[in-house]
Amino acid sequence: MTKLRSKHILGISHLSAEEISFILDTAESLKEILDRPIKKVPPLRGRTIISLFFEPSTRTKLSFDLAAKRLSADSISISAKTSSVVKGETLIDTVRNIQAMRPDIIVIRHSMSGVPHLISRYIDASVINAGDGINEHPSQALLDLYTVREHFGHIEGLKVTIVGDIAHSRVAHSDILGFNKMGAEVTVCGPATMIPPYVEELGCKVSLNLKEAVKDSDVVIALRIQKERQGRSLIPSEREYSTVFGISREVMSYLKDTAILMHPGPINRGVEMSSEVVDSERSIILDQVTNGVAIRMALFTLLLADTGEN
Amino acid sequence: MTAPILFKKARVIDPAQGLDSQMDCLLVDGKVASLDKDLEAPQGARVIDLWGKWLVPGLIDIHVHLREPGFEYKETIETGVKAAASGGFTRVCCMPNTSPPNDNEGITRFIIEKAESAGLCKVSPVACITKGQKGEELSEFFDLLKAGAVAFSDDGLPVTNARLMRLALEYSLNFDTVIISHSEELSLSQGGVMNEGIVSTLLGLKGVPKAAEEVAVFRDCTLAELTGARLHIAHVSTKGSVEIIRRAKEKGVRVTCETAPHYFSLTEEVVKGYNTYAKMNPPLRTEEDRCAIIEGLRDGTIDCIATDHAPHEDLVKECEFAQAANGIIGLETALPLALKVLMRNEGFSPKRIVELMSQNPAKVLGLNGGSLKVGDPADITIIDPDCQFTYSREKVLSKSHNSPFLDESFKGRAIMTVVDGKIVFEQKG
Ligand SMILES: [Zn+2]
Repeated sequence: MTKLRSKHILGISHLSAEEISFILDTAESLKEILDRPIKKVPPLRGRTIISLFFEPSTRTKLSFDLAAKRLSADSISISAKTSSVVKGETLIDTVRNIQAMRPDIIVIRHSMSGVPHLISRYIDASVINAGDGINEHPSQALLDLYTVREHFGHIEGLKVTIVGDIAHSRVAHSDILGFNKMGAEVTVCGPATMIPPYVEELGCKVSLNLKEAVKDSDVVIALRIQKERQGRSLIPSEREYSTVFGISREVMSYLKDTAILMHPGPINRGVEMSSEVVDSERSIILDQVTNGVAIRMALFTLLLADTGEN
Repeated sequence: MTAPILFKKARVIDPAQGLDSQMDCLLVDGKVASLDKDLEAPQGARVIDLWGKWLVPGLIDIHVHLREPGFEYKETIETGVKAAASGGFTRVCCMPNTSPPNDNEGITRFIIEKAESAGLCKVSPVACITKGQKGEELSEFFDLLKAGAVAFSDDGLPVTNARLMRLALEYSLNFDTVIISHSEELSLSQGGVMNEGIVSTLLGLKGVPKAAEEVAVFRDCTLAELTGARLHIAHVSTKGSVEIIRRAKEKGVRVTCETAPHYFSLTEEVVKGYNTYAKMNPPLRTEEDRCAIIEGLRDGTIDCIATDHAPHEDLVKECEFAQAANGIIGLETALPLALKVLMRNEGFSPKRIVELMSQNPAKVLGLNGGSLKVGDPADITIIDPDCQFTYSREKVLSKSHNSPFLDESFKGRAIMTVVDGKIVFEQKG
């Protein structure tokens, strides 16, 4: 494989297992740059990457920005406000204006599902989905896959359990698709009010009992919990959530001895997992953050690789 | 006075008279003057040969949104009736969710006058159940009926308060009118933008469970049973709703219902790719529901087809899926879809199509029309079941273009529409 089929990264649902491996391999070859004393290489000099964040984000935005700078691209990120359709500038107009400045890649995060798909129909630049509503967050899933592959040397055959608000997590959606495509066995677990209908169709099992779900797992991914979702409470309290679904030292004892613990961040210590578990040697949460930069460098490189300089 | 018209050798389909045979039909003074074999043309009559074409009582659509007053940039009464006439409709009933809403006789009269001056299709306004569609107090049924309203609905919104719905049904008994219910339990549907199911999970879109419609349909049927009033359920979209209404009818509850062409033609699959032209309320459902809707139309549980014609400007469709407006236009594609899906794919007889699109809608709301008895107003639709056409954007007569059927090819459409003996639409070429 020498290039990706699509010029956009809209979701894991659009990528094949072969493409995912290709991205992970590319990231692996680029990661070494991050350990150099001078962490900058020239391949994307003169290229323009615009990040449009319609939703607040610290680490994802920073990670994309750093990835662009490491490759010497000109990168600008804009925090935009979601406007109503009838008042103010429409999303399509905003995007057309940005297109007029001839960027090579637009990275977009938006609170509404499908927005990267929508704008990809209106512009010439490549679009990278940095998280759309409750749909997908492909670069996060890719860095999770990378981190697991780096740790175990493979993904196939591993037992991966995702715990938390599956229904409102784009990370869960992309992770289920990604780990399933790469041959892992995925189980999701959480309060039944947070399990989306027909989630099995994405390629996972559902377990409503945490101990059963995590039993013999190689990887446990805990998701951030928000008690309120658009004014509606899906759980009685965070306290009760942590009692029933929190990853404690006791829960960790059900996992394989070699198992690792991941979290897309930011963590609510004491809710999704106990503080001692977060800080334990099983947790590889900070590796995820480092690998995020490498994955995003890989995406930029692959999307701009073939377009030449003329 | 318009000149007499003699239609020759048409396939006349009039379920009200049990007719389906080749006949001539003479229109004089805006009325059906005679219907028989080998009629002589009177002096000055226009003679139109209809060999191979169907002549049916004018189609009636009891659920459209004409948007005037208030949203003239989406549709006006004039553009709406133009679309209606070209779709073969001789009467449409327009929903009251205009701005201001049609909750008083002034607006009812305004709509009727506007429609009369356009003169292409009869328009019967449906008035609000509650003042301002606020769900607080009943609107003035007597005044509204006197002004020309034909039924009551808060369409677009359900009447959330069950007691108020009961009052509306009870009060309707005084006037023998019909309450049209947009049955939706908002606490279940809120936030949802498509059917809750496999596709909503795949696309990461918030779902509206079928139960949001079904618990409301059940509530309204129960209240109709309690009050003995006439209830009509708008835009039935789920298998469960069909079953609830079937049981209510078996018990003798005075309930009727409609479905829209998109619910028997499309499923939630069409939403894939975040297609806002597949966004409506109630949302497109699953194949199982689509099949149940077709069975309901076949066995009579569903009384009629109504388009829920809902024009919207491009701006509110070419946007984020979650923010896109609900609804599609339907007047120009309703008959072609019925012929394609129900007649050709599902084996419905032409007579059944006419029942569902003319006779029954008239019966449901007690409207004039829906039959071709001698002396009836000459509201007639001529259908060419073999006419092939592509529904392209530039051919759309509605002011808006929000249809998921653009660029689709069809076989069969209205080629002429006659209202009170006057040809108001004639297909060219
Ligand atoms: Zn409605």
